[in-house]
Amino acid sequence: MLIGKPSDIPSSDITPRDQYVQYLNRRRFLRGAFSGAVTAGAAALGAERLAEVLSPRIDAFAATKLRTVKSPLTTTGEQLTSFQDITHYNNFYEFGVEKSDPAQNAGGLPTRPWTVRVEGEVKKPKTFDIEALLKLRPLEDRVYRHRCVEAWSMVIPWVGYSLSEFIAQCDPLPSAKYVQFLSYYDKRVEKWTSETTINWPYSEGLRMDEAMNPLTLLTFGLYGEVLPNQDGAPVRIVVPWKYGFKSAKSIVTVRFVKNQPPTTWNDQNSHEYGFYSNVNPNVDHPRWSQKTERRIGLPFYAQRRTTLMFNGYGDQVASLYKGMDLRRYF
Amino acid sequence: MKSSTLILLKTLAWIACLGPLVWLVWGASTNNLGADPTATITFTTGITTLRLLTISLAITPVRRLLPQLGWLIKFRRLLGLFAFFYASLHLFTWIALYAGFNVNAMAADIVKRRYITVGMAAWLLLLPLAATSTNWAIRKLGGKRWNRVHKLVYVAAVCGVIHYWWQVKTGVLTPLTITIVLAVLLLARPALAWSQRRKLRVVAVPERTV
Repeated sequence: MLIGKPSDIPSSDITPRDQYVQYLNRRRFLRGAFSGAVTAGAAALGAERLAEVLSPRIDAFAATKLRTVKSPLTTTGEQLTSFQDITHYNNFYEFGVEKSDPAQNAGGLPTRPWTVRVEGEVKKPKTFDIEALLKLRPLEDRVYRHRCVEAWSMVIPWVGYSLSEFIAQCDPLPSAKYVQFLSYYDKRVEKWTSETTINWPYSEGLRMDEAMNPLTLLTFGLYGEVLPNQDGAPVRIVVPWKYGFKSAKSIVTVRFVKNQPPTTWNDQNSHEYGFYSNVNPNVDHPRWSQKTERRIGLPFYAQRRTTLMFNGYGDQVASLYKGMDLRRYF
Repeated sequence: MKSSTLILLKTLAWIACLGPLVWLVWGASTNNLGADPTATITFTTGITTLRLLTISLAITPVRRLLPQLGWLIKFRRLLGLFAFFYASLHLFTWIALYAGFNVNAMAADIVKRRYITVGMAAWLLLLPLAATSTNWAIRKLGGKRWNRVHKLVYVAAVCGVIHYWWQVKTGVLTPLTITIVLAVLLLARPALAWSQRRKLRVVAVPERTV
């Protein structure tokens, strides 16, 4: 198995930044022009349906391919959820609360330029450009199960590398016991934030050992291409053994802290959404059972399946919680 | 109203009420119910129940405000029974797709999950209303008793809305619209009755000298 290292790429091969930006702008313009033309044509034909059917393929066409390598940490034995479902069935409440809203409304999310600020209990605060993050480590293909707290699940082929590699670059101090993630928030772009009573920006957090676990993925893509906006572009985390809301999207700040940070859903209702939120069929949500889940993309009679402890990743993560009362620390 | 007009309107009402079911059946057979078909079926049957209940509850206030629309009463039973039909489909969806026909799982759910408790209550409240919807039942009970039994529809509708709120994530406001509509309709009755009593009071002042 050939794992490429950044040093394998001759510097003459690297696309100069301004050329790459030009390339992206051209694609964005073409994408906009093309979808504009298609939409106008479809509207003219009175066939709105046509645009709906074509637009997912436009997204796929315009998305940038990522150079990836295989990963021993990928999940096997699961049928992948379709790209269509992964990109059109989303919870991204800044863009509306319906599952179909983010695909429709997230177009305005500005994914370039993008920086991630590192601050808090670190040797020195830093700012990373997204391009630097993309080149930090080889991008791996990691298939993970994804379990939402709403009791539906998917199997997603993410692209990224372990968050621990990034954390090594952050130089956290020994006093850093937790990591907090803050997501992008701009009322002008995210005009649907009043559909909930949530206080933005979206905040999530992990214990340091959870963040350092090799499964925790700093994620840049899916299905071998850059993340579509509605899936948390341009960079997010994926924590596959926890309920999906822990996998914060469109991250702008990574803050190392001494104490458990406030997290959005825990703030909304601490009785229902705990800090840990490990997938656990034995600990029900106060209002609904977590024993089973509905697998997305299957016919209605075939969706229901049993939920696995730690979403099936117990071998890799159960030791993190040895001795912890998971009913109390849910 | 001409009987031919009434037949036409009733036919249209039937078609409109059957619309959601036709869409669901077509969607299920062509796998066109979206990414989470179980959730789509559950939501469609549930929201249709609430909408039909709400429309049926709008009939009396509308008739009070616009007496020329008195014929709307002929549609109330149709709407109410279709509401019960969709509520039953919704219940069956839970039995089949969520509980897998497992009686123990169902019993546990009804006791432990408050949204299922209140949802079950809503359906159970609609059951006697459906059972007493026939002309025979109206005759047997007599107008007054029948009316008293059918006041349960208010409780059922409120239970239905609470069932909806107890489903969504905290802070999500999707059930707000139907809640407001239902609140307005439920408050419309006492409001209209109060304004009508006022009118009577103003007119009927006894002319008496002590």
